[in-house]
Amino acid sequence: MDPMEAIRQTYFQECDELLLAMEEGLIAMEDGEADGEVINAVFRAVHSIKGGGGAFGYEVLVGFAHVFETVLDHVRSGKLAPNGDVVKVLLRAGDVLSDHVTAARNGAGEVQDGDVKEELNALSGISPDGDDAAAAEMEGVVFTPIHVEIDDAPGPAPGTWRIRFAPHPGLYAKANEPFLLLRELGRLGSVEVRADLSGMPELAALDSDQAYLAWDIVLRGCNDRAKIDEVFEFVTDDCELDIREDVPLAALEIVTQTPSPAIQPADPTPAESPPTEKKTAGAPQAPAEAATKQTIRVDLDKVDRLVNLVGELVITQAMLTQRVMECGQARSSTIGAGLNELEHLLRELQESVMAIRTQPVKSVFQRMPRLVRELAAQTNKQVHLTLDGEATEVDKTVIERLGEPLTHMIRNAIDHGLETTEERLSAGKPAEGKVTLSAEHRGGRIVIEVTDDGRGIDRARVRAKAVEKGLISPSASLSDEETDNLIFLPGFSTANQVSNISGRGVGLDVVRRNIVDLGGRIVIGSVAGKGSRFSLTLPLTLAVLDGMVVAVGNQTFVLPLTHIIESLRPKESDIRPFGSNGRLLNVRGGYVPLVSVGDLLGVEDAAEDLAAGVVILVESEGVGRTAFAVDSIIGQRQVVIKSFESNFRHIEGIAAATILGDGRVALILDIDGLVARCREKSRSSEMQQAIGA
Amino acid sequence: MSLNEHETGQDRRQYITFLATGQEFAADIMTIREIRGWTDTTALPHVPDYVRGVINLRGMVLPVIDLKARLGLGTTEATAKHVIIVVNAGERTIGILVDAVSDILTVTSAEIQSVPDVMRESQNEYVEGIAVLDGRMVTLLGMTKLTSSFAADKSFEQAA
Repeated sequence: MDPMEAIRQTYFQECDELLLAMEEGLIAMEDGEADGEVINAVFRAVHSIKGGGGAFGYEVLVGFAHVFETVLDHVRSGKLAPNGDVVKVLLRAGDVLSDHVTAARNGAGEVQDGDVKEELNALSGISPDGDDAAAAEMEGVVFTPIHVEIDDAPGPAPGTWRIRFAPHPGLYAKANEPFLLLRELGRLGSVEVRADLSGMPELAALDSDQAYLAWDIVLRGCNDRAKIDEVFEFVTDDCELDIREDVPLAALEIVTQTPSPAIQPADPTPAESPPTEKKTAGAPQAPAEAATKQTIRVDLDKVDRLVNLVGELVITQAMLTQRVMECGQARSSTIGAGLNELEHLLRELQESVMAIRTQPVKSVFQRMPRLVRELAAQTNKQVHLTLDGEATEVDKTVIERLGEPLTHMIRNAIDHGLETTEERLSAGKPAEGKVTLSAEHRGGRIVIEVTDDGRGIDRARVRAKAVEKGLISPSASLSDEETDNLIFLPGFSTANQVSNISGRGVGLDVVRRNIVDLGGRIVIGSVAGKGSRFSLTLPLTLAVLDGMVVAVGNQTFVLPLTHIIESLRPKESDIRPFGSNGRLLNVRGGYVPLVSVGDLLGVEDAAEDLAAGVVILVESEGVGRTAFAVDSIIGQRQVVIKSFESNFRHIEGIAAATILGDGRVALILDIDGLVARCREKSRSSEMQQAIGA
Repeated sequence: MSLNEHETGQDRRQYITFLATGQEFAADIMTIREIRGWTDTTALPHVPDYVRGVINLRGMVLPVIDLKARLGLGTTEATAKHVIIVVNAGERTIGILVDAVSDILTVTSAEIQSVPDVMRESQNEYVEGIAVLDGRMVTLLGMTKLTSSFAADKSFEQAA
């Protein structure tokens, strides 16, 4: 890859992190937790994005970031109170900035930032002209030898400061530019700057990596020491800085001198442009970030390789153990003990390696506040989103596929769940609706909940709709839970009108599909008038699966545990023939279809007599329960999922494969696919019989 | 194809030849990852008869196909003497069951003849050409075509 491109990508990776930090800070401000540290963090984030953007010439982005930054600066200095309205504008500005970054990354697309820009300008008290001036200043910075504006007129305020500023080489190494600092000082009042050239060696002895210059500055008309400190905020560690207030009367002979062009080459700062950006590039090293955890960036492929290797190691270990046991070595022998130890270590190793791939759900959760803001604006509802358990960690692959279902659910909660403000007020609820998004670990899985305090599911309406759409028969008697679950059926949408938020034909059935594909489940709880709760239960990783290993004929299969309800030994009398060649199984008074896995998958020498084997009751989406007959159950264990689809193709009824302790491949069954298949099969066999007859 | 680039002008390629149904076939050596003895496969349900199932190749689940059956020449009775050629081509890795591996050949482009029209049948779509060397006739198989032919194979639906 071209090195510039690599740097560019790093910049965008950093932008993602910075945008997250910014969003987090802005939300804290919205919640009234606007202490100096938070505001500073937001400012630094925007500042760094601007800085990097300038280096790559993203002018539009930089222009917007600059306006944004100006307002933040006012908030930071206390000129502007971060009250509700101001924070709302800031949040919108944050969204626009994120759009700018995306546009810059894709190298295409235009961002409509005019409105927000105007609001920002209004906040910072800059007229559009001023904005242009600021923008012009941003773009027009050229490295001229000196451009310090020295105003001889006495400043309106009496505060006079004497500042000695002597940069260390480190200051230049971090690409800071003294000229810009001096110019900033010039904005605080009138300045007199004298360059101290006494440290300057002979040209021959000059080392371009050293710093020789120092400046004595007299600043008049500034009452606020904090402002001066602020100018030097990013360089205090890399220079000698002495700021003291002067007695105005002191009659001092001040030589106003600027470094003349002749000695300019001595300035160790490489004359690169644009210097503004170089300066800001050092900003992320600001002290406040030093406290963050140490991390390294690792190529995901490397991690995946490690995960695969460890997976293979676990399989090899299981194989080895089995072989040793076959040789008649008891578990209590020294070899057995050693293998036991090895097994434990490997489990630990596997867990640690898996943990590398995990990430906090924060990266997905952080996208939601923006969505909520936009939806709230579109629906004219007042919504407050609470995020909980953002630090909960889950495998990266799960995170990547979580965004879409969560977006759908949040949309659903705001569009269908929450009432309009008037409705809420008349129902005696606070005008602002509450939506909570939470995550937690529970029993080796992650549970994500979306809760709203809206109207709850209107069961009568859901039922009427389902009847109208022909999804259930008018006489069907359904429990509350079953009624609630109707909303997951394909083609179901309760919104009377198709709004442009939800109800685009892709509804909750898609959400459920996505979740089930991830090996998860979705459950609804709802109380009329009080609100609803959608709970997602997901595995922590997609690399392993809890399965039940069963034998059918000469083959071994794995059934995902998430689908299994129970297993039982059927009595001969419980199996009843049904239809042409179907069978039903009596399970405590209820009848479920009974299917032989051997027949379904065409396994040779599977047991003919279903009553002699074991029946596993499974639940599949949208169809309900099915009883699968197998020869015997071998055991329950965690298996490593090995997909062969990329090497081959999808095979109906098979989700993936795994490698068992004896080194053989076993197939992991796709229960939903199998159930769908046997329904089709029974339909077509009925048709064939009809034709044959 | 790095060999090809090395010897531009000559346009030579190395092929591994193998036997199936008494005929001699050859595949570009660059597509072949390894050669191993036959091991029992785990059968897949509802697949055409040329798919023998999957095996564990050091932690990877490798689909194995029967070359003879794929070319429509009947199924192979696999024994311990049979060989699986592990082929990596067109982003896929698969195993190919053949009777035996025989030789490594260097073939120049001049020695390759195009497929005679009579043979242009659908099952010969993997044949890239025919090489004639010292009176021997070797059928050159295009491995990328072979490995990527499953996705669109209608016979999977028929088998199901």
